[in-house]
Amino acid sequence: MGLEEKTYMISAIVEHKPGVLFTISNMFRRRGFNIESISVGASEQPDLARMTITIKGDESIVEQVIKQLRKIISVVKVSLLDPRVTVARELALIKVNTPDTKTRSDVINYTEIFKGHIVDVAHDSLIIEITGDEDKINAFIELMKPFGIKEIARTGIAALPRGMKSTIME
Amino acid sequence: MVLMSGAKALLEALKREKVKVIFGIPGGAILPVYDELFAETDITHILMRHEQCAAHAADGYARASGEVGVCMSTSGPGATNLVTGIANAFMDSSPIVAITGQVPRALIGKDAFQEADIIGITTPITKCNFQVRSAAEIPKIVKTAFYIASTGRRGPVLIDLPRDVQTEEAQIEFNDNVELRGYKPVYDPHPLQIEKAVQILLQAERPVIVAGGGVIASNACQEVIALAELLAAPVATTLMGKGAVPENHPLSVGMLGMHGTVAANYLVQDADVLLAVGMRFSDRTTGNFKTFCPNGKIIHIDIDASEIGKNIKPYIPIVADAKRALQAIYRQLLEKFRKKERSAWLERMWELKRMHEEVVKSNDGDGIKPPALMVEIRKILPNEAIITTEVGQNQMWAALYLKVYKPRTFISSGGLGTMGFGFPAAIGAKVACPNVPVVDIAGDGSFIMTEQDLATSVAWKIPVIVIVLNNSILGMVAQWQRLFYGRRYFAVHLGGIPDFVKLAEAYGAQGIRAQSIEEFRRALKTALNSDVTTVIDVPISSEENVLPMVPPGQDLKNLMLS
Ligand SMILES: Cc1ncc(C[n+]2csc(CCOP(=O)(O)OP(=O)(O)O)c2C)c(N)n1
Repeated sequence: MGLEEKTYMISAIVEHKPGVLFTISNMFRRRGFNIESISVGASEQPDLARMTITIKGDESIVEQVIKQLRKIISVVKVSLLDPRVTVARELALIKVNTPDTKTRSDVINYTEIFKGHIVDVAHDSLIIEITGDEDKINAFIELMKPFGIKEIARTGIAALPRGMKSTIME
Repeated sequence: MVLMSGAKALLEALKREKVKVIFGIPGGAILPVYDELFAETDITHILMRHEQCAAHAADGYARASGEVGVCMSTSGPGATNLVTGIANAFMDSSPIVAITGQVPRALIGKDAFQEADIIGITTPITKCNFQVRSAAEIPKIVKTAFYIASTGRRGPVLIDLPRDVQTEEAQIEFNDNVELRGYKPVYDPHPLQIEKAVQILLQAERPVIVAGGGVIASNACQEVIALAELLAAPVATTLMGKGAVPENHPLSVGMLGMHGTVAANYLVQDADVLLAVGMRFSDRTTGNFKTFCPNGKIIHIDIDASEIGKNIKPYIPIVADAKRALQAIYRQLLEKFRKKERSAWLERMWELKRMHEEVVKSNDGDGIKPPALMVEIRKILPNEAIITTEVGQNQMWAALYLKVYKPRTFISSGGLGTMGFGFPAAIGAKVACPNVPVVDIAGDGSFIMTEQDLATSVAWKIPVIVIVLNNSILGMVAQWQRLFYGRRYFAVHLGGIPDFVKLAEAYGAQGIRAQSIEEFRRALKTALNSDVTTVIDVPISSEENVLPMVPPGQDLKNLMLS
C-alpha cells in the first residue's frame, strides 16, 4: 500500500504497579513493533504513570500499536500526540573529555549556547546536562563528538499536548 | 469482615462466582488450598492426570457451558504444564481462570524449589494475570479475574498464589464491585457505523455472511440466521464459528479457509459485500490476505477493536458485541429492505454446495472413508451431542463433513491447533453437560498426547466416546509431505502403536475396534449406551488427503479437489 513511514508519539496513562512496563514491552516485542524510545514516570495522579512512546511506522502500524496498548488491562488511556501541538522533551547527560583548558572552555561555551548545565566537573572531563527536543540533543551530541564523548545517558522523550484539546486519536 | 485464611478466602470467592468444579492436580505450593478443599462440599475437585488436561478440561467446560472454567496446579512444573492449555484458551477466546500455587513470598526471585515465573511466562497468553501479595487481596482479585475472563472478548486469566498467602490469616471482606479503569469493553455499536453498514447491505447484490466464534460467544446465532434470511445471504463459518448456524439450513455453506468447502470459499471470494461477525481473519481462514474477497466491501463486527484492521482492512468497522450490532442492523434493514431478485447468486450457491456433497459420495469404496464416517457419526448421534476434535486430518474431516446443528456442540482447537486438546476438552464438556453424549473425533497421534486422562474419565465416571481415526501416521503432516515435499515421509509413522483397544482396557475403559462401517455403527451405539468411557479404534488408510485444500498463502479459490 506504500503508506508513509513517520515517527509517531504516543502518550499512555498506565497503572503504576509492578509488571506493567513488562507487559507493555512484551507486547511490543511479540507483535514486532519497532519502538524508538519509551519513557515512563510519575503522572499527575499518584497511582498512575505516564508513558511516552515514540515509534516509527506507517499509519496502520500506529493504529495497531494504539489498539494493542488499549487492550492491556493496566493501560488506562492512550492518545496519539499531534506533533504540531505537542511539547516533547528529552534529557541527556553527556560526559565529555576535557584534557586541557582550551577544550574545557569550548565545551562550556557550547553548553551555554544550548542552555545546558555543567553538572559534574572532574580534572579531565565534564558532565553536561541538556534538555530539549530530540533534534537539539542530537545536534549537541554531534558538536561534542570531536572532543571525545566518554558516555551518554538519554531518558527518552517525555511529551505532553499543549493547551486543553490536543489529541488526534482518543 | 471475617477472619479467615487466604485458602479459605479463595474458596469463598470462587463460590461467589458460582464455581462448581475445579480441574486440577495438587502439589506443595498449593496444598493449603487443597486442604481447604478437603472439607468443601459446594465445589468438586476433579483430579486430572496432567495439568495440560486440567486446562483443556476447563476450556472444554467453558465452551460447552458458556461459563468460566477453572483449573488449578501447583507452582513450577504444575504451572508450566498448564501453559499449553492457557495458550489454547487464549487463542480461541475461551474464558478460563487458572489458579497456580507459588513459592512463599520471601522465596520469590530466589530460584526456590519449584519456582517458575508463571506471571512472566503467561503474560502474552492471558488476558490478564495476577500475583496475589496478601490474603486480604484475594476476594477482589478473584472477582476481577472472573469479570475479565467472562466479559468483552473472553479469555484466560491466571491467579498466582504464594503458599504463605494461602495460610495467612486476615480480615477478609467480600465486595462485588469491580473497579478497572483500563478495561471497559464496548458492547453497543456506534449508530453511525450501523447506518453505513445498512446502506452497504441494501445495495448488496452478492452478500455473504461469515460467522466466527464471537457469534457463539455472544449468543447471536438467531440474529445471524434472521439477517441471512432477510438478505438471502449464504452463511459461511470459521472453524470457531461452526455451529453458529445449523448446517442443514439452506443458506449454510459450511466452513471457509484452507480446508473450506468449495461453496464457502468461492462465495466469499465472489461476494460484493461480506458481513464478517465475531471473527478475526486468521490466515487459515483467509488464505492470502491480499487476495481475500477481492471485490467485496467488508463490514467487520468484532468486540475486540484490535482485531479490526489487524489482518484485513474493513470498509466498515464496527466495534461491538455481535448480538447487539446484528440486532441494530436487522432493525434498520427491516424497514428499508425490499426483497431482491437473487436467484442467480443463490443458484450459484446450490451448485457449489452440490459439489461438496459429491466428495462424500465419491468416497464410497473399500474400507472406511473418513468423510463417509463423519456422515455416519452424525446420523447416529443426537443433535445435541457435543463433538470435540483433536488436531490434524481428523479435525478437518469433522469440520468439513460432520454437520453441526447447534451452537456449543462443536469444540475444537482453532487458533493454537493443539494436538491432545479434544479428549480432555471432552471430559470438561461432559462435566458441564452430563446428559448429552460427548464424542472426541481423534487421530492416533493426537490421542496419545493426552490419553493418560482416560484414568480421570474412568475414575470419575465421566463417560466420553473417543473415535480414533487410526491411520498409524501423523496424517496431516504426512499430507503436507505428500503434497508439498515430494512424498518424502519423515518422522510421521506411528507404527500402529499402541493397540487402542487394549490401552482403553488397561484404564478400565471400553475398547472396540471397528473395521467396517457396519461394525462402526454397532460400536458407536454400544458406546452411547454404555456408562463407561469408550474408545473406538477405526483403522483407516494412511494415504488419505483432507480435501478440499488451499495451499498455504494462496487465494481461497485455489482449491485442490483431488
Ligand atoms: C502439540 C502439537 N504438536 C505438533 C503439531 C503439528 N501437527 C499438526 S497435525 C499433526 C498430525 C496429527 O496426527 P494425528 O493426531 O494422528 O491426526 P491425523 O492428522 O492423522 O488425523 C501434527 C504433528 C500440533 N498441531 N500440535
